[in-house]
This record gives sequence, C-alpha cells and structure tokens, in this order.
Amino acid sequence: MDLLRNLVLTLIVFLPLVGTIVVMFMPKENERGIKRFATWWSLLPLALSIFLAVDYWVGFVARGAGDMAYEVKLPWIPALDVHYHIGADGLSVPLIFLTALLTTLGLYYSARTIKKRVKEFFALFLFLSTGMFGVFVSLDLILFYVFWEIGLVPMYFMIGIWGQQKDRPQYAAIKFFLYTLAGSVFMLLAIIGIYLSAGTFDIIEAAEKGVWAAGTLAATLSFWAFFVAFAIKVPSFPFHTWLPDAHTAAPTAGSVILAGVLLKLGAYGFLRILLPIFPETFAYFGWVVALLGVIGIVYGAFVSLAQTDLKRLIAYSSVSHMGYVMLGIGAAAFALNSNGGEGMLNNAAMAINGAALQMFMHGIITGALFFLVGVIYERAHTRDLAQFGGLSSVVPVFYATMMFAGFASLGLPGLAGFWAEFFTFRGAFGIVPVLATVGVIGIVITAAYILYRIIQSVFLGEYDAKKLTHWSTGAGEHADGPTDMMRFEKVTLWPLVALMILLGIYPAPVLNFFNTTAVALLGRLVN
Amino acid sequence: MNALDILQLLSPELILALTGFVVVSVDLAMRRRDEGRTAATIALLGLGGALVATLLLAFAGTSTVEAFTLAIDPYSLFFKALAIVSVGLVILASISFMRGKSRYLGEYYALLVFAALAISLAVSATNLVMVYLGIEFLSITSYILASYFRQDLRSQEAGVKYFLYGAVAGAVMLYGISLLYGATGSVDLATVGALFSAEGDQRLLGIAAIILLLAGFGFKASLVPFHQWAPDTYEGAPTPITAFLSTASKAAGFAVAGRVFMVALPNLVADWTAILGSLAILSMTLGNLVALKQTNLKRLLAYSSIAQAGYIVLGLAALNPGGDFDGVGGLLIYLLAYLFTNIGAFLVVMAIEQHSGSVDLAAYNGLIKRAPALALWMTLFLLSLAGIPPLAGFFGKFFVFAAVVERNLLTLAAIAAVNAVVAAFYYLNIVRAMFFVESEEQKPVSVAAGLSAALAISGIMVLVIGIAAQPFITWISRSVEMVLVSGM
Repeated sequence: MDLLRNLVLTLIVFLPLVGTIVVMFMPKENERGIKRFATWWSLLPLALSIFLAVDYWVGFVARGAGDMAYEVKLPWIPALDVHYHIGADGLSVPLIFLTALLTTLGLYYSARTIKKRVKEFFALFLFLSTGMFGVFVSLDLILFYVFWEIGLVPMYFMIGIWGQQKDRPQYAAIKFFLYTLAGSVFMLLAIIGIYLSAGTFDIIEAAEKGVWAAGTLAATLSFWAFFVAFAIKVPSFPFHTWLPDAHTAAPTAGSVILAGVLLKLGAYGFLRILLPIFPETFAYFGWVVALLGVIGIVYGAFVSLAQTDLKRLIAYSSVSHMGYVMLGIGAAAFALNSNGGEGMLNNAAMAINGAALQMFMHGIITGALFFLVGVIYERAHTRDLAQFGGLSSVVPVFYATMMFAGFASLGLPGLAGFWAEFFTFRGAFGIVPVLATVGVIGIVITAAYILYRIIQSVFLGEYDAKKLTHWSTGAGEHADGPTDMMRFEKVTLWPLVALMILLGIYPAPVLNFFNTTAVALLGRLVN
Repeated sequence: MNALDILQLLSPELILALTGFVVVSVDLAMRRRDEGRTAATIALLGLGGALVATLLLAFAGTSTVEAFTLAIDPYSLFFKALAIVSVGLVILASISFMRGKSRYLGEYYALLVFAALAISLAVSATNLVMVYLGIEFLSITSYILASYFRQDLRSQEAGVKYFLYGAVAGAVMLYGISLLYGATGSVDLATVGALFSAEGDQRLLGIAAIILLLAGFGFKASLVPFHQWAPDTYEGAPTPITAFLSTASKAAGFAVAGRVFMVALPNLVADWTAILGSLAILSMTLGNLVALKQTNLKRLLAYSSIAQAGYIVLGLAALNPGGDFDGVGGLLIYLLAYLFTNIGAFLVVMAIEQHSGSVDLAAYNGLIKRAPALALWMTLFLLSLAGIPPLAGFFGKFFVFAAVVERNLLTLAAIAAVNAVVAAFYYLNIVRAMFFVESEEQKPVSVAAGLSAALAISGIMVLVIGIAAQPFITWISRSVEMVLVSGM
C-alpha cells in the first residue's frame, strides 16, 4: 500500500505517456485497436485518481490536516537544485480526478466521432493528459514549467489538424500556441528570479523562505510575469481573445479538455504559486485581479449573448465563468490586506472555496456543454443558432440533457454551478462588496443567454423540417432528420449530468477537499 | 613536460591532421572511384579516434597546460569535442547526399576533417597570432567547401561572398590584434590581459580593439552586423556544409571570442559585455523578424541561426563570474544543445532535398503522411530551437536567460523573451506545413542509412540533454571554471 502511495502520482502522470508510445507503435490501419486501447488505457489513471481521492480523504480524516501528501522528491538536476518533486493536496486531488474523467470521456467519445488520422489523435490525446496531470502534481517550478509547456504542443496539433476548415484551425492553433508561450517565457524569467531570490526552485520551500520583500521592483515584476502567464491561460480579460478561436476550431473532445482542464491550469497556478509565494504583493494587487475577474464575468456574458454560433457562445461563457474564479481568488488575496480578523479570514476562505469549486464545476458543466455542441454538430453540420428551432419535441433526451447542463451553468440551485457561485459571491461580498455587486449582473446575463439563446432558439418553438435538410446520426451515418442521442453519447454525458445533480444536492465531497487546503493555505499566509 | 606528454596532449589535433592526410592520399591512390565512401569511412574513423582522445583528456581532469601557443584546458577540449561531433555528423550525412554531386569527394572529406582541426587550433589558441591563424585556417577550408558544387552558380556565389566578407573581416580583426600588440608589446593573451589597463586613452584604444576583433569573431558567429554573408552562403552552399557553418564554425567564433575577451581584456569587461549585449539585441531581433517571411528552408534556418547567435552571445554579455549562473556556462550549454538541434534540422532538410530536389517550404507539406519519422524528428528539432522543454534547446535558453536575469539586465531579458515568442511562429510554421497541410505528392520519402544514423544521434541527444541535463551541466561547469579563474 505504501508502495502504491509513493507511486500513484507518478503512475497517473506517466501512464498516459506510456500509452502514447504504445499507440505510436501500433499500425496505422488498426484504428479499432488504437481507439479501444487508448480508451481502456485511460481508465488506469482514472482508477488511480479515484483511489487517490478516497485515500487522501481517509488520510485527511486520520491526520486532520490538509497537507501535501504522496510527496516524492528525487533529484533531477542536482547542479541546479531541480527536483522531481511531486505531491497532491486537497486542491489538486479533485482536479486530477476531473482531468482523468474528462480524458476518459473524451477518448470514449472521440473513438466514435474521430474519422481521420486516428492514430495521431489518440496518441496526442494521451500525451496531452500527461502534461495536464503533471502540472497538477508538480511542486518544483522547473518541473511545473516543463509540464505547462508540454501541454501546449498536443493541443496545438489537435486544433490544427482536426479543426473544421471553415473555422480557420491553423490560425487558431498558432494563436493559441503563441499566446500561451508569450505568457510562459516571462514566467520562466520570474522562475529564475525566484531561484535567485529564494535559492530554490521548490514551490513549497520558496513559499516558506519567502522571496523579495513586497513593494520591491523585483517582486512586482515577478508577480506580474506569473500573473500574465496564468491570466492568459485562464483566460482573463483582456487576454482572452485566443479562446473563442481555439474553441471554435478544436474538435469536440479537444474543446472539452481545453475548457474543462487547460483553463484550470491558469487558475491553479494562482492558488499553487502566486498566492503562496507572493502573498503580500498579491494582497496589494488583489483588487486588480478581482476587477479583471468582474470585467470578465460581465463582458464575457454580454459577448456570449451576442453570439450566433453555439460553440462560440459557450466559449465566451467560459470567459465569463472563469471570471468568477478570478474574482474569488482576487478577493481572497485582497482580504489578506485588511486586518479584519477572523471574519475576514472566513470570507477569504469562502472566496477561495468558491473559486476552486468553480474550477471543478465549470470543468464538468462546460465539458458537458461542449460535448452537447458536438452532439448537435455531428447531426446538423452547423452550429448556427438561427438554423435550429423546435428541437425539443424531436430530440427530447438531448433537450433534457442540455437543460441540465444549461441550468447548471447559469447557477440554478440544486445543480452544481450554484454552489460555486454562491461561495464565490458570499466570500467576495464581505471583501470587495462593490465589485461583487457588479459581478452579479453577470449572473443575470448568463441566465439570459442560456435561456434565450440556447434553450429558446434551439429547442423551443415549432420544428421546421425545411430549415436544415442534411442530417446525420451522432456516428456520422446519413439520417433523414434529427435523431436523438445515441448510446455512446448518453454514456459520455450522463456521468457528467449525474455529477452535476449529485454535487448540486450535496457538494460536500468536493468542497471538503478544497476547504482543507484553503484553510491550511490561509493559515500559513496569515502567520 | 616530455615529448610523450606533449604528444598525448596534442593527440586530438595530431589524429585529425593525420586523418586528413590519409584521406587525401588514399583517395589519390585509389583507382576505382567509389563515390568517396572509403574516404568518408576513414574520415569517420579518424574523427572517432580524435573524439575519444579529446574526451579522455577532458575526463582525465586535465588542467590548463600550455603546449606551444595552445592551451589544453577543459574549455578548449569542450569545443574540440563539439567540432569533431559536428563534423562527424556532417560527414555521416554527406555520404549519401554528396554522392554523384561532385567528382572530388576525397578532398571534400579531407577538407571537413581539416576544418575540425582548424577549430581545434583556434579554440585552444592562447596567442593572438595563433587565434588569427586558426580562424583563417578555418575560413579557407570553409570557402572551398561552401563553393564545392562547381557547376552550381549559387554555390559559387556562396563561396565568393563568404570569401570576400571573410577576407575583409580577417583584415579588420588583424588590425584589432595590432592595436593590442601596440599597446602592450605582446601577443600572448594572458600577458595582454595583465598589461592592458582600462585607464584613460587606453580604454578608448581597447574599445576600438574590441570592435575590430569582433568583426572577425562576429563574422564566424554570424552576429549582426557581421552577418550579411550568412543568408546567401547558407542558401548556396551544399546543405551539409551549411549545417557545418551554422554549428561548429559558429561555435568556434564564440569560443575564441570568449577566450580572447575574458583572458586578454578582463579590465574592459564592462565595455565588451555592453557591446555584446547590443549585438545580441540586434541579432535576435533582426534574425527573427527577417526569418518570419522566409519560405526557403535553408534561408529560414540561416536567419534563425543569426537570431540564435543573438541568444548565444547573451551568455557572454551577461558574464558573471562567481554568480549562480556565470553566463559563459550558458554559452557552452546553449552551443551544445544548438549543435545537435540545428544539425538535426539540416539533416531533415538534406533528406527532403535529396528526395524532392527542393528546399522550399512547400516540399514539406503533408510530410507526416509521407515520412512520419522525418516529420517527427523535425518537429522535435524545431521545438528545441524554439526552446520548449524538456528538450535540449530549453536548457540553453534557460541558462543564458538566467545569467541575464542574475545580472539584472531586465530590458535585455525582456527583449530576448519577446524574441523567443516571435521565433516560435516561424518554427511552428514549418510544423504547420508538415502536419496541417495536405500534399499533392504521396510518394514516401526514403532516407539513406548514414543520414538516418546522424538523425537518430542528433534526435536522441536533443532528448537526452533535455531530460538528463545533469552530466552535461557538470561537464560544462568544469569546462568554464578554468577560463573564469585564469581570466577574470
């Protein structure tokens, strides 16, 4: 058991890479075999991530503290004091589970919808998950940077190769790559700065030793270098312009991973690196982060409302929803400024919990929404909202699934999204009341675009069979009209819907993870 | 020191010289033409021997020994190993590439071996005259090699252009040397370093000498503004020679610059680091911006190598003896990473050129379908050139950036970082062609055995340096220790 605990994170990170290598050596013609192998293989990290969650929770109950667990620290480049240092805590464990879940579902769904260049797709998809898992477990800045960059490459290929020609995939792919790279090269400079200042690349040690005093030029510059790198990934207004293009062009499963996990890497960086290592600088600039979050919430929501392309609409809704994360984290950091005592600390913990919950819930909800876009796109070959209407009577199961995901996205109580918004705003109101109030506008607009743009224009009204004449089934065969969800689509989506309902009714299983870490983190920062 | 010791210390050079002569003689003696295969084999064996001799010296813990006017120290041994490996890979790839393209392949391989010898001499030189002779020796072999395709006008142009620029650059450098000699009465680097102060008029004289010397070193390293020959020469020269010029020959320029500046002009360190810093900015920016619109791969890689020279020289510009990142260590690791990465990229260019006769970007369309292995290797090299971890190129960038940050040259760091993003665009543009664009042609690309072997060596080294950087970093920090101690 102890051996497994030592190995579990390493296995989760590198098993997909092993899968990639195996796929690379499989014959290209054996598409069935490749699809089957990749999907089954991805169950291994998923199973391990479930073990991780259960085991961490049992351990937490036993220890009573939300510490780092499963740590492995081996020298990688001793000359530079760089270590293969990995570990997981209450923040990373749920995100690892989310990544594993969406990877498996994405592979399963793609096995039935990807028709061209199958071998490359599945090899890259597995490789991508190595990069994502790696970021969530890295406790060494260089290791973190390596995984951060590794994730870029497969996503670049996915957008470029499997994008629809009309969505300008090549443009979207390079834009995605360059935006992220622009952020990360400056992050690299800041990482070097941290090393020169704290004498270590270790994230935990650097947080303990502390870097430059707050207010110095070096601290401010490094803070912003990290901030921009993470904000581009989140993406925060005004760094979000790559996102709609990348999402529109990416294949369905790519969009799911992009929205579900890759955006979370940025938010995760805020909590894992920026807040612990630059607490004072972050506290000083916390309001800026919160402000950008609120702008993102409101702006993203309004832009979503104006979209005519269903996928673009959901892409912009991600800008809006990730704004909640920024608001929560920014507010929590800002709270460190005020000596408001216990109450303020509670607010901060609440805001961080809300932000972290939003990361998780948004992954599930938007993951589902992008799958749903894929479902309709496979059938209608268009995402233009004006082409649809009255589908509720024709495809009731699809309609019901979309209702769940849509209502969860707009934060209906009883579904998963509600708790994330509730905690974020409950925490933020106590710290930055004005910003939080403005942010509430976003919730209203969100309701508008979900109900008005998606539910009403796609599903309600009279179904007009003359509008769209060229239909396929979910698996790409010809069909005479819209057909309802197929079995594989249900298998992909219903686990996500089930999670939305379960966590909507009872969020504690996820919330408790985040709360342990949020409390521990704030405790360290205040002392 | 007895004769045997000297023989042992100079064994790499002696083996190289001997190999060169044997290659020429065997080729002369052979009646039956075999397209240079025997010559190449002998050359490779000789280079292998020289590499072993070099590494034996390097890992026997050789400290600085001067034999004649040559320093046998870890610094020079590092660059000798680099030059020998680079020439070895080039020869390996040339066996199939040059077949049928020239009647004088024996001399071709001999000249390449002599070029390695020239680099070995230049990087060990402890004397300004020897520096000059080493660089000229290298230049002369390179002129001939660049214009090796006698029937090809472009190759002729490449050679002539290289020669004209080289002749001027050499003369200018000689003038710089004469200034130093005039000021100190010595051509020995260490003596010059001891006598040359940074006071008053002598400082001005020193700055003039630095700039004049840089014409010679910058010419070899293709640093802006001494780079004008590079695009045309790179484009016109036989591709294996382009690979050589962009790696080993370039490394020689940096190695000599590093030694001369650190040992002979330690008192002017503030001046020459400032000058090199501005050249770095010019090289990175100009190289990258012009590379953006190139569609001829050899030209694109030429401008890329000008930009890369800008990053590399950051190591010297941010020289920081005693710091966590001393800068010159970054220079060495960058050159090591760059050697395998850039040669690797040129190897793919050679394979495609052999297959389709074209070095145009269009020839790379849909390569993943026709030659998946080539496309994957090329992607690896391009990502390494772009500095994506965990590939070798990342550590090169990491170490020079770290030195720049440690010296607090934040503007320089920011310019370098922005440039890294710009460069990614044109590197990925090649990836785009290989993976995203469908090709009209479907014929699979076949790659000759020698070229495949060279590709595999380069590719594996790019991965190994990236994933297991430790031994290389240790080796390099040992290699620069001596120069830093003796010079600064």
